[in-house]
Parts: sequence; structure tokens; C-alpha cells
Amino acid sequence: MIRIKNLKFNYPKSRTILEQINLELVPGNIYGLFGRNGEGKSTLLKLMCGLLFPKAGTCHIFDQPSAARTVKGLQDSFIVPEDFELPPLQIATYAKVNGAFYPKFSLEQFHHLIREFHLDTRNFIPTLSFGQQKKVLIAFAIATNTQLLLMDEPTNGLDIPSKSQFRKIIAEAVDDGKCIVIATHQVRDLHSLINHVVILDHAQVSFNVPLSEVSNKLWFGKPPQGISEPTLYSESSFGGKVVLARREKNETEVDLELLFNAVLSRPEEIIHILKTADHEPAV
Amino acid sequence: MDYDNSKPIYLQIVDLFYENILSKKWREEERIPSVREVAMMVEVNPNTAIRAFTYLQEQNVIHNARGIGYFVSKNGYQSVLNIKKKEFIKQTLPDVFKKMGLLHIQIEEVTNAYQHHIKTIDHEKK
Repeated sequence: MIRIKNLKFNYPKSRTILEQINLELVPGNIYGLFGRNGEGKSTLLKLMCGLLFPKAGTCHIFDQPSAARTVKGLQDSFIVPEDFELPPLQIATYAKVNGAFYPKFSLEQFHHLIREFHLDTRNFIPTLSFGQQKKVLIAFAIATNTQLLLMDEPTNGLDIPSKSQFRKIIAEAVDDGKCIVIATHQVRDLHSLINHVVILDHAQVSFNVPLSEVSNKLWFGKPPQGISEPTLYSESSFGGKVVLARREKNETEVDLELLFNAVLSRPEEIIHILKTADHEPAV
Repeated sequence: MDYDNSKPIYLQIVDLFYENILSKKWREEERIPSVREVAMMVEVNPNTAIRAFTYLQEQNVIHNARGIGYFVSKNGYQSVLNIKKKEFIKQTLPDVFKKMGLLHIQIEEVTNAYQHHIKTIDHEKK
């Protein structure tokens, strides 16, 4: 669905933000895009949907350069940016005017989502709070039913019950034909949804692995008593947390925060373990 | 659902199913929610829910009637009972024994506590 090859990008008169990015995104997945502040997560999302153009290399969406902004590409992709401005309209009017651009837009679904978020389609958008406006945009984004859905910090500004509502809505929306990319720092809000992790570091894609593979090869948790094997990464929070090679140990849930920190501090070791074939002693 | 940090989410969903079957909330040969309904209910990626369903099918706890949905198997209750009993003997008890050792608790104290517990329950029933 998205194919990025040797992509390079910098804003005018500033350092290179993305260097040699290679990435392929396929339908049926919810990708979590992580990286430190200023690593270019939002920039990469904008490149994917053609809001920015690569300085070198290519970025293809539906086999067309994203910068070409073909009608087919625009009809079938949607981005929920972190900062946005909605027009001064009633929610219902907004949906009518903008829904027309998306062939698979469902008004019924939109109304359902607006109700789920405890809003009313008669609400006048400028009178709503930031969080409520974000809900309008998220509801609209899902109701467009585009194959590609990009979201930048979608849970920022959402109140506590809405975060759970958001997870339900995404769990309902995703299917084999859709590709959802979520850039976020709010790992705890979304870890149960994401099934593939992409980490940007030092202007590169430093990690790009399905979670099933991570939980197959790595072990997360409190250090078992009397362990003799080397820890890959450890944190001294309450009781301590470590990342180990899983080997024969029981499968554990991937701790995304721990994984992220581990990849930033020891990328080579982590990737080496992941590349080791099953049942082969990891050295 | 609150997630236990260490156990994979799909196995936590499996536990939820076991609970529903043991408490007879879901009865044998009754239809259970679909993969997507479960994914929404526990707010997870549908792929994770599918993994839980596959696992439960392998344990013969649920089965899939093509085109209709998933059902608790004919002997689903008994299967879950066996699985959970095994788990209790193999995992829960050793944990209790370990704690008893740490706290110097004698087996008599446990027996007494258990008998007291049974009495209270009988009393409440009356």
C-alpha cells in the first residue's frame, strides 16, 4: 500500500530529518510509529499522504508517487494531523460537504460514531472544545472508510473515557483491506491495538518488526530470580524490569515502552536476537 | 479489561472465556460473541482476538460453525474444568507453598482457615 525507498527529507535551511528511509506498509495492520521528539514522525506521515515531497528517493501510495496526489490516492487516504482547524460549520454540514470527496464515506456510520463520542450532529464546530473537535475529525476519518488512515497523536486531548471509546472504534474499523498508521507517544493508550512497531531514530528506520515476532523472540518483565543469562536491557523502576532473549521461556506481553527504550539504547543487540532463527541458541 | 503486564493479551482473553464458561454465563453449545465483538469488548486488535479464538479451538473449548459463528463445544465446560484444575495444581499451589515457606505457615493453619471458610459459606447459605 505504501512503499518508501531511500527517502530523504529536510525542511528548508535545516538539518536532514529523514535520511535513507525504507519502509513498506501493507493492509491488515495497525502500525505504531514511534520516535523521540523531532525524529520526523509527523513529517513522515505528511510525506506518505503527499502534503510534503521527498528531497530524494521515492514514496509510493497505491503504486503512484504520493506527491502526484492522484484522485484515487486522495479518495482512499485520510490523515488526522495533530494540529488541525475545522471550518465554522455544524457537524452535519461538515460531513455533508466533505464526505462528498470520499466514495466510501458512510453518513450512517459517521452519525453512529458522533453519538458514541457523546456529540450531536447539530453542534456548531467552533463552540466545541479542542478534544471534542478532535472527536469530530476522528469520527469523520473512520467514516471515510479509506484504505489508508494516518493518525498523528490521535488520543491527545481525548478525555479518559474517550480513549477507551477510541480503542473500541479502531478495533471495529480495522479489517484486512485497511492500513492504519498511528504516530504517538501515548504508548499506554494504544498498545493493545498496535500489531506492528516502527521506530525512527537518528533519521533512520531503526526498527520495523511485527509484534508477534517480538513476543516470539523477546521476554519482558521482572527479572526472574537467580538469572544467569545476560540482560539485553534493564530499568530500575519498582522491582525492576528487563528485556531478555525469550528462548524457552513462556511468552510475555510486549512492553512497548520498555521495547522502545531498549531499541534506542541497544539497537544492534535487539535486532540481532530478532534475526536469530527459532530454537537456535542466540549468542 | 485491565491487562496483567506479563501475560500475553490473547491468553488473558482466553482466561476471560474460561471464566464465562465456568460461571455458566456461556453455556455449552450456545453461541458466543464474534471475533470483532470480542476485539471491541476488550479493545484489542482483531488479530489478537483471532489468536485467542484459535487457541480455544485447539483446546476443544469452542468450535466454529462455518457461516454462523462460534459456539461453546459440547463438552466445553468439562474441558475448561480440566484445564483450570491442572493450572491450579501446577501453578497456583506451588506459589502458595512458596509463600507458606517464606512466612513459616504450617499446613494445619491452612486447613483450619479452609474449614472456617467452608463453615461460613454453609452458614450464609442457611
